[in-house]
Amino acid sequence: MKLHNKLKTFRIGGVHPDDHKITAQRVIVPLPLPKSVTIPVTQHIGAPAKIVVQRGDTVKVGQVIATHEGFVSSNIHASVSGRVGIIEEVMDSTGFKHMAINIRVKGDEWEETIDRSEGLVEEIKLDPKEIVARIMEAGVVGMGGAAFPSHVKLSVPEGKHVDYLIINGVECEPYLTADHRIMLEKPKEIVVGIRILMKALGVSHAIIGIEDNKHDAVELFQELLKDEPGITVEALEVQYPQGGEKQLIQALLNREVPSGGLPADVGVIVHNVGTTFAIYEAVQKNKPLIERIVTVTGKSVKEPSNFRVRIGTPVMDLLIAAGGIPEDTGKIVSGGPMMGKAIADLDVPVAKGTSGILLIPKEEATRAEVYNCVHCGKCIEACPMGLEPYRLLILSKKGNSTRAKEEHILDCIECGSCSFVCPSNRPILDYIRLGKTQLRKPKKA
Amino acid sequence: MSTGLLTVSPSPHIHSELTVPQIMRGVIIALVPAVLMSVYNFGWGAIYVIGLAVGFCVGIEYLIAKYLLQRPHSIYDGSAIITGMLLAFNVPSNLPWYMILIGSLVAIGIGKMSFGGLGNNPFNPALVGRVFLLLSFPVAMTSWPKAGDWSLDAVTSATPLGIVKDGLRSGESLPTLMQQMPSYSDFFFGFQGGSLGEMSAFALVIGLIYMLYRKIITWHIPVSMLLTIAIMTGIFWWIDPTRYADPVFHLLTGGVMLGAVFMATDYVTSPFTHRGMIIFGVGIGVLTVLIRLFGNYPEGVSFAILIMNAFVPMINRYAKEPRYGAGKPKQG
Amino acid sequence: MNPVVLYTILTLTAIGILAAVVIYFVSKKFEVKEDDRIGKVEQVLPNTNCGGCGQPGCHAFAKAVVEAGDLAALHCPVGGNTVMKQVAEILGIKAVERDPYIAVVRCSGSFEYRKKTNIYDGAGSCKIAAALYSGDTGCAYGCLGMGDCVEVCDFEAMYMDEKTGLPVVIEDKCTACNACVKECPKDILELWPKGKKNQRVYVACLNEEKGSTARKECAVACSGCSKCFEACRYDAITMHNSLAVIDPEKCKLCMECVDTCDVHNIVTANVTPEKIQAANEQRLKREERARKKKEEEKLAAEAAKQAGNETAQQA
Repeated sequence: MKLHNKLKTFRIGGVHPDDHKITAQRVIVPLPLPKSVTIPVTQHIGAPAKIVVQRGDTVKVGQVIATHEGFVSSNIHASVSGRVGIIEEVMDSTGFKHMAINIRVKGDEWEETIDRSEGLVEEIKLDPKEIVARIMEAGVVGMGGAAFPSHVKLSVPEGKHVDYLIINGVECEPYLTADHRIMLEKPKEIVVGIRILMKALGVSHAIIGIEDNKHDAVELFQELLKDEPGITVEALEVQYPQGGEKQLIQALLNREVPSGGLPADVGVIVHNVGTTFAIYEAVQKNKPLIERIVTVTGKSVKEPSNFRVRIGTPVMDLLIAAGGIPEDTGKIVSGGPMMGKAIADLDVPVAKGTSGILLIPKEEATRAEVYNCVHCGKCIEACPMGLEPYRLLILSKKGNSTRAKEEHILDCIECGSCSFVCPSNRPILDYIRLGKTQLRKPKKA
Repeated sequence: MSTGLLTVSPSPHIHSELTVPQIMRGVIIALVPAVLMSVYNFGWGAIYVIGLAVGFCVGIEYLIAKYLLQRPHSIYDGSAIITGMLLAFNVPSNLPWYMILIGSLVAIGIGKMSFGGLGNNPFNPALVGRVFLLLSFPVAMTSWPKAGDWSLDAVTSATPLGIVKDGLRSGESLPTLMQQMPSYSDFFFGFQGGSLGEMSAFALVIGLIYMLYRKIITWHIPVSMLLTIAIMTGIFWWIDPTRYADPVFHLLTGGVMLGAVFMATDYVTSPFTHRGMIIFGVGIGVLTVLIRLFGNYPEGVSFAILIMNAFVPMINRYAKEPRYGAGKPKQG
Repeated sequence: MNPVVLYTILTLTAIGILAAVVIYFVSKKFEVKEDDRIGKVEQVLPNTNCGGCGQPGCHAFAKAVVEAGDLAALHCPVGGNTVMKQVAEILGIKAVERDPYIAVVRCSGSFEYRKKTNIYDGAGSCKIAAALYSGDTGCAYGCLGMGDCVEVCDFEAMYMDEKTGLPVVIEDKCTACNACVKECPKDILELWPKGKKNQRVYVACLNEEKGSTARKECAVACSGCSKCFEACRYDAITMHNSLAVIDPEKCKLCMECVDTCDVHNIVTANVTPEKIQAANEQRLKREERARKKKEEEKLAAEAAKQAGNETAQQA
């Protein structure tokens, strides 16, 4: 941390896991095309998309294979060319089975409307409404992991006034470097993407927040943006969960999103930097969301890498390309180690929100022994939302939903800082999630 | 797959390195300098008392868990060992074995297990045991062997605090009393009479620095408690130095250092938040000084800590940091 | 005796007696007046406050019964018909008899039949595991084995069988209070009528996958082969998505379906193997007779057709 220029950070809580950015210097490489892809129709928050192809149909890359169902939903496109195979429920990275479309890969034929040229397209020809429509057509969703349909985020409700756009280049999860690499390798495209978003929202201020462990990205963008009106870069302290949108808004603008509210309530819209790049490609190159950067990493992985992967590729293919599955693998996580989901089935496909695959060795894969709560208060110190996790655990365990709601259990962002820091290894987040579910879904009669 | 079955669990999948057994080990290591100092001063008596106290505490916790509560015992987490050591630190080195047994029984049985074991007790168990012994066996608990005398039947003498209290009551003036005392450097390093763990501020400070370094405790409770005592006694000393001893004397004698470093900082019986801890430390400081200067007992730290332990739930309730989003939203 | 001690004892005794008298009068003055039938009813109730009746506790149930005036909608499953008869007597109204119920475990996926596909390492609660993923075995419908049901039972009527990993309901103790049914995140526990002579039949599986897929997940999963469905004469069995479901209201406990299941997953309670065998033979005999009759009819139909053709030829 620089002494002369103290870095901004969020007000309360936070923890400091080791960042293990072992793939930070690995250039993005495209993963060879798989033999077949399985594309789920529920890769986003909102209604599952409606399937518009049948078994046996021939598809091209970028062709729509499922359309959005209602407003809070997303289009799904074929990420490969070939023949549509079986359409059935398969296990995906959520741990449950969902409907998915299988495509047997043949060649790599793209839709003619997609501009595949490499060059930067700077001129933004579309007007704000057209931009949002194009983003919706392209099926762009939040790629930081949440997978919220981006066109919904850009449709600011009546009565809310937005004056700031924040670009989330923080990537606070240990091990993940997908956002870091895309910032280093496609910075000009990202800047155009930011301009597109500013035009769509009608804002004149944008800030890119980057954690200071990616200092090369900070400097690169500072150089690029030194004459750019309205867009600035801010280096942030390395602290988890700096990338949580509520924490990020508070760190950069000192505004706090009210409980139960949205960033738009305080005049801000936040987009992940990977999503921004996808928006550039959608608006300037007419390319729908069909591939993404996935970091494959872990202490024992032979060739930890950042791959550019077609949506629907089985996770197994990525692991083989990274040098095979290490012998001592105990756990495989889709996402980062703090908020990612452990998977048990390696045929699970890469979805729009899969930011990384982390392989954890056996000795770190099992939880340690659980002790009584010693009232040390470390969980309270760590909670970035200022809650009292030890108490929420007790209330959730006893099923006391009323008290849990009064203690703001619904404000929990499920970042995992409490479980991370508890010296007694108590499964705090497990029970808080249970408590939130009990509140949202009333008990069966 | 050659690796066998994969493990699946909810996030997070990594954990910070600090765990309860590690913390307990760290505290025991921090106690070692004080143990060495007590052995240096009191010889076999120290070893005997510490050994018995630890043995009784661990044994009683095991027996209660196994036979009374019929559930798995927890003696391997190290907390019973620490309670035993701290109980030993609070008693003179010539305490008879049966009193140590009673003290351990009260400390572990009543002070800890009756509330549900580790983490559930509202009062510091070692202090519960110590105060019980003090009230039940006042004479035995207030006659200390002279420092440096290693024999088991050493000549007993009073502590500096005791000398001052009794002296002031019988009308002597403070400066004359102070001339009978060992020098301040003797106080600091521990060449004074008292209970096993109380005497050496030096050894206790080493322990404090070690625990701060290992991030086992934060500075808030020790600093707020010691500062409060120093300032309060300083004010009284400034008003009338013939009746009130100076702050350095108060800080270095009796159980203040032991209380500030090991007793008040116990996780289970102290507040959660930093601002709560400061309130807690100030409260202990004020009560200690009041008891010392105006109460019947020469030493007030044990009572002060136990009283403040009772206030901890209230402090936890009211001394909270404002949570995220609690205030009015600021618009651009 | 020391006079101080004597005076102390007398004073304290006097204060105690005074306090007792004051408390007595205050309690009488501020007593909550309530229909005294409520108290009488409450006395005969089991007083376990389990909530199985749908009311928040036994006192509330007593109050509801007195206010309602009839027992059509109110029944205490723990006390059962005996207690409800007593309640009816106290209130002077007609008693309503109800069939006793019991909880049944509709999963047979023990460790032997259902292999683990991963190791679950989260907090030991079925609800948490069910929210996380589809379980540590191949079958997404089966029991997760961590005993949330056992913990919630107020009557010590359940325990986890260490060998199978499945919960077991103790017949004599289960009061059908519904607590375990509500608690199970996989809906494996169900309230079933206790049945005549305490006999019940039910399909101990919830797996809706088709044939071979289901069997890969669990060796005794219901594959949807429908043999039991075909065997039932009373329309008590229906097929839902490759899963056989028995309706206890329609089931006549004839036991003929039991042996049709190739993995013996139609579970019976308190039925002797001889009875099942006898029922099975009865069914086979009946089917044999039906088959013979069909054949005879076919032959007769063909003969009639032949005869018809001949007459047509002759004509």
